[in-house]
Amino acid sequence: MRAALDTPAVEAAVLDVVVQAGDGFVGRIPAGGLFRIVDLHGNQAADTLFFDAHDPTNRYSAMDTIREQGAVYLTTGSRLLSANLDLLATITADTCGRHDTVGGACGQESNVIRYGMHTRHQHACRETFVKYAASIGMAARGLPHNINFFMNVPLTSAGGLTFADGVSAPGKYVEVRAERDIVVLISNCPQLNNPCNGWNPTPIRLLGWWPQ
Amino acid sequence: MSPLLTHDVPSGVAYSVLVRAGRDIRLTALEDGANCSTLIFAAHDRVDRLNLPDTLKAQMSACIRAPMVLMSDRGLGLASVTGSSLDWHDALSGHSLDAHAERFGPSSYGADRNDWRRSARHGLLSELRKHGLGPLDLHACVNFFSKVATSDTDAGTLSWVGGHASAGDWVTLRAEVDLLLVLSTAPHPLEPSWQSGGVRVEIEPGIPYGADDPSMTFRAESARALLAAKEVFA
Repeated sequence: MRAALDTPAVEAAVLDVVVQAGDGFVGRIPAGGLFRIVDLHGNQAADTLFFDAHDPTNRYSAMDTIREQGAVYLTTGSRLLSANLDLLATITADTCGRHDTVGGACGQESNVIRYGMHTRHQHACRETFVKYAASIGMAARGLPHNINFFMNVPLTSAGGLTFADGVSAPGKYVEVRAERDIVVLISNCPQLNNPCNGWNPTPIRLLGWWPQ
Repeated sequence: MSPLLTHDVPSGVAYSVLVRAGRDIRLTALEDGANCSTLIFAAHDRVDRLNLPDTLKAQMSACIRAPMVLMSDRGLGLASVTGSSLDWHDALSGHSLDAHAERFGPSSYGADRNDWRRSARHGLLSELRKHGLGPLDLHACVNFFSKVATSDTDAGTLSWVGGHASAGDWVTLRAEVDLLLVLSTAPHPLEPSWQSGGVRVEIEPGIPYGADDPSMTFRAESARALLAAKEVFA
């Protein structure tokens, strides 16, 4: 974790937006920029993707990232790699402790598999992803497996995987440094059927610092 | 049951095959240390492809093993793992890239002819492009016959397990909808020696299954994915 002295002042942020539960965000972060996601109320999954701003096919790759770091959870120091093994961003601060990138995003159809047909029309992350991706010319085919910031998906040596109660709490945040010009795409998860949002989806705050 | 198709895929290359719903796919390691990085698409709509995060979370598993159902982006059971001599197939660590092959020095067709070291990505992309697909269709793959062990540590450390598969090890899948299967026999990206083995692909007629099928009774999630596959066309 970075020393408090290095923490940029919130009032100096050039990006400061609140994303409501079930809404999303897409934006560009220039190389060297710092980007922070704040879990305002705790236990809120922020489903996140990063793309090379100059080549959206050079996109975040969950499997390449965890293989190259030799560990499944993301935290401070994790190098977020693209499918071409290019470094898109590095996690520079993390007051939560660890984040998931194996569990993917919720979808209406996958909700049906997990919870039954009564969830078919509940709002889901992929609805948000495809909407905001379309706003920058990307289709469903171009969406890779995502990061779930603030989400806790413990694995076991026996090969088990569970969605556990969140390890996050109000005010916890994660921050990345863009290692090239990147685009960030976020769905603030609307899932109601498991503990990933503490059974109550809540807003997140996005902060960014870079030269204007 | 005699196979409808048998094809031996040598070590270090790629292959693709279309498989009708209901048929069985048998993959057999022809040599020790085989790896088979595999992508699966619904043949009727190739935007709907194998989604391993959805597959793992719906069935509470960190690896692929029988009798799990391999699920698509849009909630179809694409294939059921009907059996295997191995209890673990890697689903977390992706396929090899050129950087992994290049660790072993330069290699080219000009110098090495068909022993040229090509990454899984090279081969998978070549097969995908023949079907009109490309890099956007490289989702997470299953590495059949390979194991990368998960751990109970706070960091979630992953570790390569060498020698997981021996010649003769096998896995069978049942196609639940018409499938496009794209696979590479290049070494797993964590394999330290760039040694791999060939894989025999056999497509067999398959047997209809009922409510007592192990994949149907495994979990309610698995059964719902299989139901969605049956209802893929209204």
